[in-house]
Amino acid sequence: MKPSVIEMIYSQHDEIIRQWKNEVTELNQFDSTLPTNWFHETNEEFVNLIMGTLELEENEAKEQFRSFAERLMNAGWPLSYFTKGMQLFRRVLVQMLTSDESFESEKVFETLNEVEKWVDGVINQLVDEYTGSWENTLHLQKLALKELSAPLIPVFEKISVMPLVGTIDTERAKLIMENLLEGIIEHRSQVVLIDITGVPVVDTMVAHHIIQASEAVRLVGAECILVGIRPEIAQTIINLGIDLRKFPTKSTLRKGIETGLELTQRKIISTS
Amino acid sequence: MSVQSNVEVHSEWGIVSARQAGRNLAKELGFGGVDQARFTTAISELARNIYLYAEQGEIIIETVENSRITGVQRGLKITARDRGPGIKSIREVMEDGYTTSGGLGAGLPGVKRLMDEFDIDSVTGEGTEITAIKWLR
Repeated sequence: MKPSVIEMIYSQHDEIIRQWKNEVTELNQFDSTLPTNWFHETNEEFVNLIMGTLELEENEAKEQFRSFAERLMNAGWPLSYFTKGMQLFRRVLVQMLTSDESFESEKVFETLNEVEKWVDGVINQLVDEYTGSWENTLHLQKLALKELSAPLIPVFEKISVMPLVGTIDTERAKLIMENLLEGIIEHRSQVVLIDITGVPVVDTMVAHHIIQASEAVRLVGAECILVGIRPEIAQTIINLGIDLRKFPTKSTLRKGIETGLELTQRKIISTS
Repeated sequence: MSVQSNVEVHSEWGIVSARQAGRNLAKELGFGGVDQARFTTAISELARNIYLYAEQGEIIIETVENSRITGVQRGLKITARDRGPGIKSIREVMEDGYTTSGGLGAGLPGVKRLMDEFDIDSVTGEGTEITAIKWLR
């Protein structure tokens, strides 16, 4: 930044900070999402950081903003606090700088340009920090969801259960198929129970994926039993005209396990 | 007074939110468990068709009324609208087992059976609008 501009900012340093603080307090009075207890301290720190960037080396200034943003991010401060705060800062600054009437118009333009660059740089960095953190969270959640999405649980020798909970989309349908086939080989299952108690809607696509999965299961030499069909789901399946005659279905997981044991020539007996 | 819910569908998440909106409205209006399931499944089919064939469109769910001798009948209406390729032969898509995407081919005839009233309006190359109504019993 041009030394002349920096000098000008410094000459009105205290006044700029005072006015900014006033306006930012006013701006955020209506925003109840902000924690009020350390609002003033944060404003103080924020404005000092902004001013600090004038002296510090670029990388150092960036580092300071990063740790500041990270701290506030974890405390739940919205991004809009920063963007609004910076926009306000620019307005205050421009007002100050241009209120001096002795300024030549050419110089005003130049100064504005410098200020724009400065403020926009800080805004961009803050937005990047925030979106980076969101993307990271989203990515981790996707991974977590994927791990939860289609587990195959070996409950008895030769019998495994896949409980499905929630919406089935194409991505998940693929996972169901993969985990089923891999799990059958790994656990040497002969019977797999797919439990759809937790699936809210069974439309033709969901049914289609389940039919395909059970067909694939048959090909690797195991048998698939569909369990957990709720009465209302049974009626919609009939209305839709989906043909599930090809593979066995049971109303509950318990009945499915009994059938599974039967198919593998075993049964549960009471010892009393 | 009509309550309305508007959902844009351009990803698989759109299908989920359309379904959610439909289920909530159906519950509010007093539909029973089975009819709620029928209604949401119908929305799911229509929204999936939009996503699959037209890539984007919208699902509008609104309450409708019909005056009869026995009193005012209330119901829910789904409008599925897109600017996709349109349906070439409506007679064919309403046949069970007809599919162009390798699916089960039960979607549209299924929706007709799930709902009480059903209507397709489609122009090839311009888009499709499907409306379906489920009356409260």
